[in-house]
Amino acid sequence: MQDALGKVDSLLVLGGASDIARATALAFVERGARVVVLAALESDKAAAEENAAALRAAGAATAEVVGFDAWADPDEHQRFVDGVFGHYGDFDVVHLAWGVLGDQDRNSRDARAALAELRTNLTGAVSLLMPIANRLEQQGHGTAVVMSSAAAERPRRSNFVYGASKVGLDYVAQGLQDRLQGTGARVLIVRPGFVKTKMTAGMAAAPLAVDAGDVARIIVEGVATGKEIVWAPPLFRWVMSGLRHMPRAVFRRLPI
Amino acid sequence: MSSEAASRRRALSGWGRTVPTGADVVLPAVGDDVSRALAAAGPRGIIARGLGRSYGDAAQNAGGAVVDMTSLDCAVAADWETGVVEVDAGLGLDKLMELVIPHGWFPPVLPGTRNVTVGGAIAADIHGKNHHVDGSFCDHVVSFDLLAPSGTYTGVSAATNPEVFWATAGGMGLTGIVTRAVLQLVPVETAYMTVATRRIPHLDELMETMEATDAGHRYAVAWFDSLATGANLGRGILMHAEHTRLDDLEPARRHEPLDYSAPERVQVPPLPVGVVNRFSIGAFNWAWYTKSPRNPRTAVESVPAYFHPLDGVTDWNRLYGPRGFLQYQFVVPFGAEATVRYAVERLAHGGAASPVTVLKRFGRANAGMLSFPMEGWTLTLDIPTRTRGLAAMLDELDQHVLAAGGRIYLAKDSRVDPDVFAAMYPELDRWREVRAKLDPDGVMRSDLARRLRLV
Repeated sequence: MQDALGKVDSLLVLGGASDIARATALAFVERGARVVVLAALESDKAAAEENAAALRAAGAATAEVVGFDAWADPDEHQRFVDGVFGHYGDFDVVHLAWGVLGDQDRNSRDARAALAELRTNLTGAVSLLMPIANRLEQQGHGTAVVMSSAAAERPRRSNFVYGASKVGLDYVAQGLQDRLQGTGARVLIVRPGFVKTKMTAGMAAAPLAVDAGDVARIIVEGVATGKEIVWAPPLFRWVMSGLRHMPRAVFRRLPI
Repeated sequence: MSSEAASRRRALSGWGRTVPTGADVVLPAVGDDVSRALAAAGPRGIIARGLGRSYGDAAQNAGGAVVDMTSLDCAVAADWETGVVEVDAGLGLDKLMELVIPHGWFPPVLPGTRNVTVGGAIAADIHGKNHHVDGSFCDHVVSFDLLAPSGTYTGVSAATNPEVFWATAGGMGLTGIVTRAVLQLVPVETAYMTVATRRIPHLDELMETMEATDAGHRYAVAWFDSLATGANLGRGILMHAEHTRLDDLEPARRHEPLDYSAPERVQVPPLPVGVVNRFSIGAFNWAWYTKSPRNPRTAVESVPAYFHPLDGVTDWNRLYGPRGFLQYQFVVPFGAEATVRYAVERLAHGGAASPVTVLKRFGRANAGMLSFPMEGWTLTLDIPTRTRGLAAMLDELDQHVLAAGGRIYLAKDSRVDPDVFAAMYPELDRWREVRAKLDPDGVMRSDLARRLRLV
């Protein structure tokens, strides 16, 4: 059970090999979490195992790796969710931490690449988020942490397929927040700006760039305080609000 | 006609308004609905809830059932010769007072709010300002009826069934559901309190004065300014009180000496942000201290004014805003005065402002396995949860309390470490054994029990 000051006991991380997943799980463990289950693709399992070892070293009593695939079908996802909750019991936090940032030029040339990105970030995430939300509702407590993006605020020509995947997920998550009112279950939407991770390696860092540790602190604080939407960095909310209201003719000309 | 109790999924939180969780809330219409709900409890169990004044998660049960006992609130029998009453567990102490004071009787123990049910008072074995003389609530419970998953226990008393009695007293509802209780009240001549107030400029002097003078008074408690530091550290107000005797009542009130009413005057609306912060608390504490009489003074006050000044403001917990607050209360044995002083200094320097800091000397402990009171000093602070670094600060204080042989109070807790809690209550394992007999399948469950791994 989460306590009044935001300490949680158990954590399920989907996309357990990612940098943000690792930093966030470490931050929860440093605050007292005892059980962490990292779910990762078969090809990411080695990296997830490394993260699990780091979590045990940080004090987690249990840090284990299980397999999951965002591309599996909904029945498979339902079985995965039932299986992991059935085996480990309640989770105080479920972090949907996976995601890909495709090459927009390639997405424009090859619709299959665009669809693949949507499948990983959006349809796969919705297919898992629904049964997870139902499970949290049944147990009457717990927070699903959904990784949206500042890119969900307004389409940009440099990443609009990525932005579409995140805005879709963001909408579903907002709808779930309303649906889950009064059930004890919650959804925290995280909208990071540019985060320096494996996913963005090789890209020039944008202004107000943060690292995975910054995002982790913001997530842990957001879960502790019961926030619905957090930005990383918090200032990005106002930057994006400004960009969102900019006339389209001007926005289109910006080098972003 | 069979009655089907309504049940509805709702988010519940404690008085501190932190971490609400969802449960199927059962509203029993008749007593049998409670046993039906107990029998129908699913794998996530069931817990009874009263008026929701526990600060943390004692009366919530995520994903399971919560029985709202407040609809079962009848007084069943009363003997006005002996002051023994039999009441439903859902009866609030506020209603109990309205019923018994006109007959010249008074609840044996009153906490800082009258919005507590008799069942809740037993579950938390609550204490009041008279603990050093009269002990805690369960010391005045003649017997109770307990609906446990393993069966119904009627007329459980400390003499006939001490194990069940003392596991249930302070057992936070985890041994079963108390449905009815027989209480021994205390006689009073009037519905008024004679209150002696004096202002004391420093914590050390306050504690010395309490040690020297408390024993001569039935009710004794000190309030102090948690934000004052240095020479003003723990400047406070010491209040001693007795039930006013008829002869001491002013003539105008003598024709209706037992006239009791406790109106709720103001209600706090839901606020988007908390208004309790360092600055408002500093101003409040300063005003409270400076408005108190400079020289010792004795005055006759009404029962609500003395016992329950906060109850006049409905939903005052909303002042802390949507993030809520917690109450930190611990007790350490006499001789550990340094721990009290350390806690006060640590919290003052850590910026943990509290508008209601209460210091009190407890008398002897009873046999309640998880009962909180024990002989020593008890300190109570209300702290907004948004206070920076609060979790680490309180974890550190817990270690000092534990090292001094003290403990924290489950009815107030919303954040203690499970292992630290277990070390504070050496009878926890014995309690678990008794509970295992009463509830072999672990049906009685609450968020508190899950969080602290009690069951």
